[in-house]
Amino acid sequence: MASKGLFGSSLVKKYWMALTGLFLISFLVVHVTLNAFIFFNDGGVTFNTGAEFMAKNPIIRTMEIVLFIGLIAHIVDGLMLWSQNRAARPVKYAMEKGSANRSWYSASMGILGTLILFFLIMHLWHFWVKSRITGLHHYGLDAEGQENLYGAMLEVFANPWVVLLYVLGCFSLFWHLLHGFKSAFQSLGLNHKRYNPIIAFLGTAFSIVVPTLFALMPVSIYLGWIK
Amino acid sequence: MGNMKLTLKVWRQNGPNDNGKIVDYPVNDVSEDMSFLEMLDVLNDDLVRKGDDPIAFDHDCREGICGMCSLFINGEAHGPGRGITTCQLHMRKFKDGDTIYVEPWRSAAFPVIKDLATNRGAFDRIQAAGGFVSVNTSGNLVDGNAVPIPKDDADKAFDAATCIGCGACVATCPNGSAMLFTAAKVSQLSLLPQGHPEAKRRALAMVEQMDKEGFGNCSNTGACEIECPKGISLEHIARLNREYLVATVTKE
Repeated sequence: MASKGLFGSSLVKKYWMALTGLFLISFLVVHVTLNAFIFFNDGGVTFNTGAEFMAKNPIIRTMEIVLFIGLIAHIVDGLMLWSQNRAARPVKYAMEKGSANRSWYSASMGILGTLILFFLIMHLWHFWVKSRITGLHHYGLDAEGQENLYGAMLEVFANPWVVLLYVLGCFSLFWHLLHGFKSAFQSLGLNHKRYNPIIAFLGTAFSIVVPTLFALMPVSIYLGWIK
Repeated sequence: MGNMKLTLKVWRQNGPNDNGKIVDYPVNDVSEDMSFLEMLDVLNDDLVRKGDDPIAFDHDCREGICGMCSLFINGEAHGPGRGITTCQLHMRKFKDGDTIYVEPWRSAAFPVIKDLATNRGAFDRIQAAGGFVSVNTSGNLVDGNAVPIPKDDADKAFDAATCIGCGACVATCPNGSAMLFTAAKVSQLSLLPQGHPEAKRRALAMVEQMDKEGFGNCSNTGACEIECPKGISLEHIARLNREYLVATVTKE
């Protein structure tokens, strides 16, 4: 029987990929909701209240560690799958017409994931490092006397190149989710004629709505739509 | 004879350890009514007359049911067209003057024997690992037709059983995964009451063998389903995912 154990087989790797992927999707819901507070356009007061809650709440701080573990597991698992998949075809085709039978993004999850990882490193440097490690003193306090993470956003998104990189990051996320959302359900065996259209619709809607909202944040700040 | 002139770019490899390369062959007098294999027969006839080594390729029934013919033609398993094997691909799908790439299935688990012929024994070993139903032959055998089976289940099992094991799924998959084949062979049995008693053991054993053979991992691109000559559905892969998950979690 499966002598490779609970973590070794190809399918178990796919289950972990799907479970960590869905967990990261659940994080995106929280992240986009909280960040959307900036659209109240109240000088970041509502957003800063939310950010302070997230920074101080012990449950959230614990989940932050779980989130990092989930992200690393998703990356490591993905790299293992990627290297095995490469080894499975040592001699490439001279002529391969992938467009005939698959979407380019479903066959490019590794590259899209890598782009998202590069984005994440930049993103963590911009905000996470400041809010959790070096501190936000530089940005003063907001109108309500709270720590001003919003001030950091205003500063970071004043640079058009950074705004462009954030928008590109959102595009990578869009394509990664467009395949990943549906794929996670299939990997876990959740495929049913009656529910497939619902999963497909939710997957597409999520992939469009969430990255669009994220992309709107740096764009709105840069263009001065919110202040 | 016909009037099409083609240029074939064919993978020639003298044996499993040869490096192999693409060789160009002009083919004249191709009729649009020929099957792709008949066109290769004509080319081989020509090569033999010239004293050259004919191109090795797999074929048997030539009516789309044996699963022997393979060939990655112009970047697609069994060439352009859907729901067909290479023997059912006709030259009318091509135009006069076309250049056609002809390559073997590319998979670490399907080593090239010679030219376009690959060893697909890995599929046989997956099948042998659990793709069967153990039958009591002690004299009290139950007639299979005496067991009531819902029509929908019987239809789905039959759909899975139409897999001819040609390997187009593996050849097409960007990851070289054999999940569509393995899932079809698991589903055709697990959907029927006779297959239930061994379902867990079967899913575990067949996936284990599949991994051992060096196939890649399914990433749900759906390419296999589109290129499969028998239209085996991704639904079966989900069923295998489900059965393996339950078997892995509950095994002792």
